[in-house]
This record gives sequence, C-alpha cells and structure tokens, in this order.
Amino acid sequence: MKVELLSGGEILIRALHDEGVDIIYGYPGGAVLHIYDALFNQDKIEHILVRHEQAATHAADGYARATGRPGVVLVTSGPGATNAITGIATAFMDSIPMIVISGQVHSSLIGSDGFQETDMIGISRPIVKHSFMVQNPEDIPMIVKKAFYIATTGRPGPVVIDIPKDITDPNKKFKYHYPESVKLRSYSVPSKGHTGQIKKAMEILLAAKRPIIYTGGGVVQGNGSDLLKELARLLNYPVTNTLMGLGAYPATDRQFLGMLGMHGTYEANMAMHCSDVVLGIGVRFDDRVTNNISKFCPGAKILHVDIDPAAISKTVSADVPIVGSITSVLEEMLQLIKQSDARVDTQSLDLWWQQIEGWREKDCLKVTPAGNDVIKPQQVIQCLYEITNGEAYVSSDVGQHQMFAAQYYKFDEPRRWINSGGLGTMGFGFPAAMGVQLAFPDAVSVCVTGEGSFQMNLQELATCMQYRLPVKIVCLNNEALGMVKQWQDMQYGGRYSHSTYAESLPDFVKLAEAYGHVGVRIEKLSELKDKMTEAFALKDRLVFIDVLVDPMEHVYPMAIAGGAMKDMYLSKTERT
Amino acid sequence: MRHIISILLENQPGALSRVVGLFSQRNYNIESLTVAPTDDQTLSRLTITTIGDDRKIEQITKHLNKLIDVVKLVDLTEGAHIERELMLIKVKATGAQRDEVKRTTDIFRGQIVDVTNTIYTIQLVGTSEKLDSFLAAISGTTVLEVARTGVSGISRGEKVLNV
Repeated sequence: MKVELLSGGEILIRALHDEGVDIIYGYPGGAVLHIYDALFNQDKIEHILVRHEQAATHAADGYARATGRPGVVLVTSGPGATNAITGIATAFMDSIPMIVISGQVHSSLIGSDGFQETDMIGISRPIVKHSFMVQNPEDIPMIVKKAFYIATTGRPGPVVIDIPKDITDPNKKFKYHYPESVKLRSYSVPSKGHTGQIKKAMEILLAAKRPIIYTGGGVVQGNGSDLLKELARLLNYPVTNTLMGLGAYPATDRQFLGMLGMHGTYEANMAMHCSDVVLGIGVRFDDRVTNNISKFCPGAKILHVDIDPAAISKTVSADVPIVGSITSVLEEMLQLIKQSDARVDTQSLDLWWQQIEGWREKDCLKVTPAGNDVIKPQQVIQCLYEITNGEAYVSSDVGQHQMFAAQYYKFDEPRRWINSGGLGTMGFGFPAAMGVQLAFPDAVSVCVTGEGSFQMNLQELATCMQYRLPVKIVCLNNEALGMVKQWQDMQYGGRYSHSTYAESLPDFVKLAEAYGHVGVRIEKLSELKDKMTEAFALKDRLVFIDVLVDPMEHVYPMAIAGGAMKDMYLSKTERT
Repeated sequence: MRHIISILLENQPGALSRVVGLFSQRNYNIESLTVAPTDDQTLSRLTITTIGDDRKIEQITKHLNKLIDVVKLVDLTEGAHIERELMLIKVKATGAQRDEVKRTTDIFRGQIVDVTNTIYTIQLVGTSEKLDSFLAAISGTTVLEVARTGVSGISRGEKVLNV
C-alpha cells in the first residue's frame, strides 16, 4: 500500500474526495484557511462560494434532497459556524443527510474566548445526529468515514465535524489512509422489520374496510417510492402524502387523494378521519397532520412503519409498530400479500371508494378567478405546472406560497419537491434551488417564494451569477407576510401586526438586474402564461419572475385548531 | 413512576452533555445522576433516576438509544435490582443531641466519619428512601450540610449490563 504524507487540511480534502464528495458549499475565514489552501491545490472537488453561511447549508440540503447523497458544508469558526445553525436545524428536522465542517480556533485557545471562538459542538448539539471535535490530524479519515456513515444511514441527519486550526497546519504531515469500512459498537442500523409484526400488520391491512395509506418523507428518503406504488396498486387502497412526502406517490394517479393535514385536501383529511386502518409509512404523526390527537382517526387501527423507533408511538400510539428500513419492510409486505390466501374485501373497498369520490366531488382546490385581470396565487402554480410539464424541481420557502405549491404542483416523482417542512425556514428555498441546480445542471430548478421569504437570502443572487446557475424564481408577491396575515385575518380580527410592508418593497426586477440577471414583473392574469413561458425559455439565465397576486387570498382547506382531521375551513365562508 | 436507567456511555469528551442535553431538550426530568468510568476505560457508567409514565419512559430510552455515544442501557426498575445512594451529612451535635444522633446513626447503620466538639459528619448508604427516612428521623437536629451522590444501581442475579 502506498503511503503519502499529507497535512491535516490535505487529509480532510482527500478524505472527502475518497468519500465521493463532488461539491462543497462554503465560505472561508481565519480558522479554515489551511483547509481552503488545500482546496486550492486540487481539482477534484468543486467549491461553491456562497454569500452567507446559512445559504451554504440550505444549498447542501437542496443538493441532498434532490440527489439522495449527503450535502457538504465548510464554514469558519464563530460567526461562520453560528450562521450555519439555521440550516443544520432545518436539515435535522427533515432528516436530511449533511456534513458540516466548521473551523475552530487553535486548540490552545479553546475556552479562552478567543477571536471568532464559539462552542460549535455545544451550540449544535440538539440539532445534529452526531458531532465530532477533531483532536488529532491522523483521526480525520476515520472521523470523516464515521460522519458520512452516521449521516446517511438509519434515519439520516446532519453531522458536524469541528476542526481546530492547528489540526490542519500545513507544516505538519501525516500518513494518509482512508478506511474502507466503519463499525461503531454503539450504533446499529435497523434493516429488516420484525416478520411477525409485518404479518400481523398485513392481516389487519387486508381485512380493512376503509383503509388508507399515509406516507411521508421517510418514503422519499428511504427510496421506497416504487415499492409504495406497487403496494398501493396491488391493494387498490387510497394514498395520501404528507407535505414532506409529496412525490413519493404520483400526484396524478387516481388513487392519490392529495396532501393531508393542516392544508390538506378535503378528501384526504375526511378519508383519514373515517378510515378503519391507517398504514403510516415513514411518517411521524406530526401536529400539522393530526390536529387534535385525542380526536385523531377515532375508528382506526394504526400500523406504523419507520426506521426510527423513537418516531413510533411518540404522539399517536401504534397498534402495530414496525421498525425497519422502508424498502425491506415494503418488500416483505408485498411478498406476504402475494403469498397470502387472504384477499382484499373488494365489496367494502368499492363502497369506500364511492365515499371518497363523493368527497372528491367537493373539488376543494377549485380556483375561483378573481376577475379584473387580477392573478390568484394558485393560478401561478397551475401555470408553472403546465409550462414545466410537471417535471421541474420545485423548492419553496415558507408561507402561503409553500402551501399553494404543495397543493397545486402535482409531483409525480420523489425528490422533486424541496421544502423545509419541519423547521419551516423562510429563506430556505432560493439557496436550496441553487443546490439542486448544481446537482442537475440541465434540469429546471424553480424556487417558488414570496417577497418576504426571498428577502431572507437574496444575497445568493450573486452566487448564481458567479456560477451561472439559471434558477427560476417565481415570487408570489402579495406585498405582505401572507400566512401571518391570513392568521391575523382569521384569529386576530384583521389586525395586521407587523405583517405588511408594501411601501418599502424593493423593485425586484431592478434588483435582479443589479446582480446581472433577468427580472420580469407580471401583474395581469392575461399576461401570466405568455410572460412565464418567455421567462422559462431563457434556459441559461436566472430569471426573477415577480408576480403580483391577490393579496387577500387565503390558503384553504385549513384545519380548525383543536378539532379532528375532518374539521376544516373550506373557504372564508364555508366549514365542515 | 420513578425509574432508574443505567447507561454504558462511550468515555468521550462531550458524551455526558449529550445525555443531559437530551433530557432538557425534550422536557424530561432528571431526579439524580451519577457518572464514573467503569473497569473498561473506554466506557463510563451513568445512572439516571427520572420520573414519568410508561409512555414517557419508553420515549426516554428510545431517544437515549439514538445517541451515538450511548452503547447500551437498561431500565433497572423493570426487574429486580439493587439501588444504593451515599449521603454525607454534617449535623450539629452538642449536649443531649450528641447521643441521640449517634443512636439514630447506629439504627440506620450509618457511620460517623468525622467528629469535632460540636459537629458530627455522618456517612450513610442505602436506597434513596432510606436516606430520606434518616433525614426525617434526625429532623430535630440542626442539619448543616447534605451531600448525596445520587442513585447507582445494578440488576440482581445473572442479568448484566456490559458490551
């Protein structure tokens, strides 16, 4: 075996390359200068210089969600590290694999309140899957190997590696060897589910009269989409996806009831409430789904499949818990069903589908035109869906536009819908779209945003110029923090406390132009499709499409707080 | 209900803070906590007493198991076990109190480990309940200082917690 002598900084870059890393998102600073010098002297890993460390984490996150491979971030100590925190928390809440390498002050200065010192391990502790402080340059390869293993296996998540500056000293050289495998005695990855439990679940599932399959981000992350389709079609059971699970089951399929939860469809929420068996796969019975837990699916047996034992019976008790990887459990389920003598109760199922079709007829997502050539935000998403043939990667920020995108863009493929579901991070969408574009340079990467969220990371317009990233930004501009305003309309007597700022909004067209991009303003419905089409025809340019939309529009359906899943507002004047 | 959870933890910097942080982060309660290295230098043994219903305890053990530094754990209260806590207690011992405190200490099988003209320092080992009872028994005496270690525990019989 050939042994080379490398510095700590070089060891790190080499280890990342050996781990298969192709892109790092980062921002240099004092504590990581040795590492940046090691980056300068190689051409295997591309480094993307963002304009704010938060954007580096979101870009890496977008990359990870779209590709399934971990995103890698490199930031300096102190403010570099703290700026990355929001992005780490975002990835943690949505179980996204990410490696964040942060510089740290010289080992001898740790604890002395040195310049740009912060306790990154301490600050990030509650929002990482694990973290490492490097104490010896020779440990770097094994730590990198462990970090990637931990970040990508089991329930994925972010891992922080904090590296004091002296560890990467270019004058101290060490032998380099990258380990081929890693084993941690304290970390085992659940693989196969318990066969007895799966059998039990299958018996209940096949005997169901009003079943529903409720799936989430775990199916996307666990690459279980094809198996889910096979299972659902074999049984002819209805499927609903969470906000995080959109795309795991094709939205245009007849068996798909749409998203469930707070802004889920009428049919999805009614079907959940009235079901007698819920098969939850890769979901966590989040409060935005269940509404009041004591009124949740009163007649249903809960079958819950997840790779994380702690996700099971955390909020809703599972009647049959199954811990295992989504793919292995689904494979085993399919096998059991095919072998089983038990058959689906088609008579009951027909009645169930009739009931569901009745709910569907309500057409809860029907858009009533505003008139006077005013654009409804939903119409923008419908238009976007049409002109991109439903094939774009769509990232979103957080608020009304996020819900409209989730409701009206019909995702037929997993990993196309990129949004911060758990933490709800405004400012996520644009940098995430950059990460997607870098992963798939020829794909259409769209950021659906609002004028509020966009201003939280607009500095990345410069990054997109530097690397020629032709991201399309569709801004649903209602001149207000729409979701906040909606709640203020509904619960605070229309008192818009600090949710409006129309008089101080920038001219987004000029803003885009100032960064060297193209800006388009659309104010009339009659112009919407043509102008959007034109903008998307500019394949190699970033286009900021500023669409003025009806500022009074609310997102419906909307769960009535404290109620059951069947309790929804369907419009400003109608409720269930 | 009170539970005693014993944990084998990687003897790594920051490992303890992950365990303690988990409890505060998820709004769980730590009644007492003891930690020290074991015969295996790579491992620490932690014993935490906490209070919660079965559902909460299940979540606590699941989340503890998710911590990468946690190698193994057991809820001792699920089976027969021995629990011990050590208490050092400094009391005023003058006049008639001197004999009374000595007698009570003997009854509880404690030891007086330091003496001055006016002070006894008593060492007592037992279950937390026994230590509480002792404090109640000498409530007529002026207690100057109490130092308790928190509970340590081990399963009875053949059952062992090791790697």
